[in-house]
Amino acid sequence: MKKRIVYYLNQFYGGIGGEDKADTKPFFLNEAVGPAVKFSELIDQEGEVVGTIVCGDNFYSSNMEEARKNCLEFLKALKPDFFVAGPAFNAGRYGIACGDICAFVEKGLNIPTITGMYDENPGVPLYREHTIIVKVANNARGMNEALRKMSTLALKIMKNQELFSAEDEGYFHRNIRKNFFYDEIGAVRAIEMGLKKYRGEYFKTELEMPKFDKIPPARAVGPLNECKVALCTSGGIVPKGNPDRLPVSASDRWGKWDVSNIEKLTPENAESIHGGYDRTYANLDPNRVIPVDVLKDLEKEGIIKKLHPYIYYTVGTSTSVNNAERFGREIGVELKNAGVDIIILTST
Amino acid sequence: MFIPVCRIKYQEIEIGGNIMHLELREITVNNLEYSERTEVRGKTLFINKEEILEELKMDEAIEDVDIDIAKPGQKVRIIPVKDVIEPRCKISGPGNVFPGFIGGMETVGSGVSLALKGVAVVTCGPIVAFQEGFIDMCGVGSRFTPFSKTNNVALLLKVKPSLTPVQHEEIVRKTGLKLAYYLAEKSKNAQEYKTSIFDLPSPRKIQNNFSNLPSFVYVYLNISQGLLHDTYVYGKDLKTMFPVILHPNEILDGAIVSGNCVSAGSKNTTFHHLNNPVIKELYARNGKDLNFVGVVIGTELDTLSGKIRSSEMVREYVKMLGADVAIISEEGAGNPDTDLCLCCKALEKSGIKTVVIANECAGEDGKTPGLADTTPEMDAFVSTGNSCEIVVVPPMEKIIGCHESIAVLAGGYADSLQDDGSIKCQMMSIVGSVNETGFLPLGCKWV
Repeated sequence: MKKRIVYYLNQFYGGIGGEDKADTKPFFLNEAVGPAVKFSELIDQEGEVVGTIVCGDNFYSSNMEEARKNCLEFLKALKPDFFVAGPAFNAGRYGIACGDICAFVEKGLNIPTITGMYDENPGVPLYREHTIIVKVANNARGMNEALRKMSTLALKIMKNQELFSAEDEGYFHRNIRKNFFYDEIGAVRAIEMGLKKYRGEYFKTELEMPKFDKIPPARAVGPLNECKVALCTSGGIVPKGNPDRLPVSASDRWGKWDVSNIEKLTPENAESIHGGYDRTYANLDPNRVIPVDVLKDLEKEGIIKKLHPYIYYTVGTSTSVNNAERFGREIGVELKNAGVDIIILTST
Repeated sequence: MFIPVCRIKYQEIEIGGNIMHLELREITVNNLEYSERTEVRGKTLFINKEEILEELKMDEAIEDVDIDIAKPGQKVRIIPVKDVIEPRCKISGPGNVFPGFIGGMETVGSGVSLALKGVAVVTCGPIVAFQEGFIDMCGVGSRFTPFSKTNNVALLLKVKPSLTPVQHEEIVRKTGLKLAYYLAEKSKNAQEYKTSIFDLPSPRKIQNNFSNLPSFVYVYLNISQGLLHDTYVYGKDLKTMFPVILHPNEILDGAIVSGNCVSAGSKNTTFHHLNNPVIKELYARNGKDLNFVGVVIGTELDTLSGKIRSSEMVREYVKMLGADVAIISEEGAGNPDTDLCLCCKALEKSGIKTVVIANECAGEDGKTPGLADTTPEMDAFVSTGNSCEIVVVPPMEKIIGCHESIAVLAGGYADSLQDDGSIKCQMMSIVGSVNETGFLPLGCKWV
């Protein structure tokens, strides 16, 4: 059976007019119009365009919530298997509308979506992670080429064929890294890249350097004896038996442990489950990784005002930056609410 | 056997006064069988199990030892794997392979050596540390390891329970090398072999004959951190050393031995050292596209000062060797990313064009930044893949070792092992999957 496709166009490509019609509310036509006609021909073997939603660009950008809601109502009745918008070329408002409705439909109806935009369209950075945006020319002279590229990719998706990389398939990548087999082994690619770099020829790095946030060091806090201190570690010290089932590497979670009633960590009450180092010495004395014993002494001696009752733990080895950032935010909020002044973060 | 660089023909450069001349006699087998005698007959390696076990039991720290075999295409999984070693021995010296373990302290890399191709010793047995891995001989998982294409002699070693993990690792390492040496020694009578010549011209010869070609140095970073993260060079623990210049032949002849339980996907096994693809490819292009002028073994220490000191020394060595281009390979991930960045930055700032080979830890969904440290100078990056990508490998008919250990291996989860015997885990659990010498064609792309 052919896949049911719904198409989205703006007022211009929908054939109702130019800028003067840009405030038009979404309406539905139970046929393919404009670019959808050609698209329908191109994907004829697998699917058919069962209708076209047309919406003015100004209406969409000024009333996003309402526009989405209107579109969703049409779609619910139609039960499409696939959704296509544009191509929007370099038109900013149209690009944002195409990207937004694709993202909304993909998430809301859980069906694949595709659109097309030019490199500099503001819709690209906003929606590239949420739909497939095919790279197209900057104006409508590239329409046939754009529809050919969009339909080729649409066919692959409808046939459930595995996609190659974004570069090979001709769409803006979704900021996802995926493993592939290259034609050559890494060593050969490296030496070829070295020769090109030496000769001043064009070469393409396989990973552009990401930019990390620079976090300025916190300002010094007041006298220690007025400060509440908390301990936190990525060194994998957990209550004996690992009740949170923390993975030994690439952690997806953190745990906390009320240590207010224990004097110090011991091999009987704590252990390291960290997969990145030999745990012999950490297990002999877990305080070596997270110094509960010393902090308790400092509290007794009045050098610090108080030790926060909970210690926080996770495993740092191979843990993704995104997860680590999330742990930091989650633990940070909790400590801030508890009035903690100083956090000692130990690593291994 | 599947070594992606085997299409290369090594050519002798016909000029005298070269530095080192190594003839590697490569005996290739494609089958492994038990027999009364350990020897190569035709294309088969026959092994006498009882004799081998007798030979290996001699260490009193060993409580139990067994061997098993796994051939390409068989429905067999080996788990947990510590190291993989290609059988090697010397036919004529100086020295002997694996100096400091098998051989004495004579420099290796000259003379004639024997390599038993198509065979690997795989050390396994009870887990030493979390960062071990597995090898599947068929199915999806076999695509991600070079050791599904070798006929594997699995060495199952159980040590006395009183041993510490460090002692345990040492026994496994030494016994593995011993078995690899033993198998090579017993193959000496094989009639059929191919000889590869490894020979680099002296700097003067380069100056006279090849000065129009760029000079390449290979910066070979290896983990050297203690706590089961160690590499041995001429039997010496790399973490106690400064970076060192080696002739590539020394590495191909067994000067570097893996002693580490770094995550299986990105560790350099001893097999990788013996068959380093960067060295082989630089050799293949030597005198044609480039001049291969040497290898600097870099450390990956566990302190920032150590990392800075090493990267500064690496830079000076590379400059002294007169390099125009440096290729750096990493081992492991996380804090070694800083070694990679520091070396790359130091070299680029000295005007040396630098390319790095490394894996990425981009998360299960591929959406997280894959490196723990970055630097703008690292603008020529070869990816060996996302070690965190999820892979599901099918059930096998036979498990050599302990299947349940996947739960505690790096890249595994408590519920990795499914009821039907399939495993769902991260790529890093497969031995050699994202190896950063660039041994496999695997690499990341954007989607």
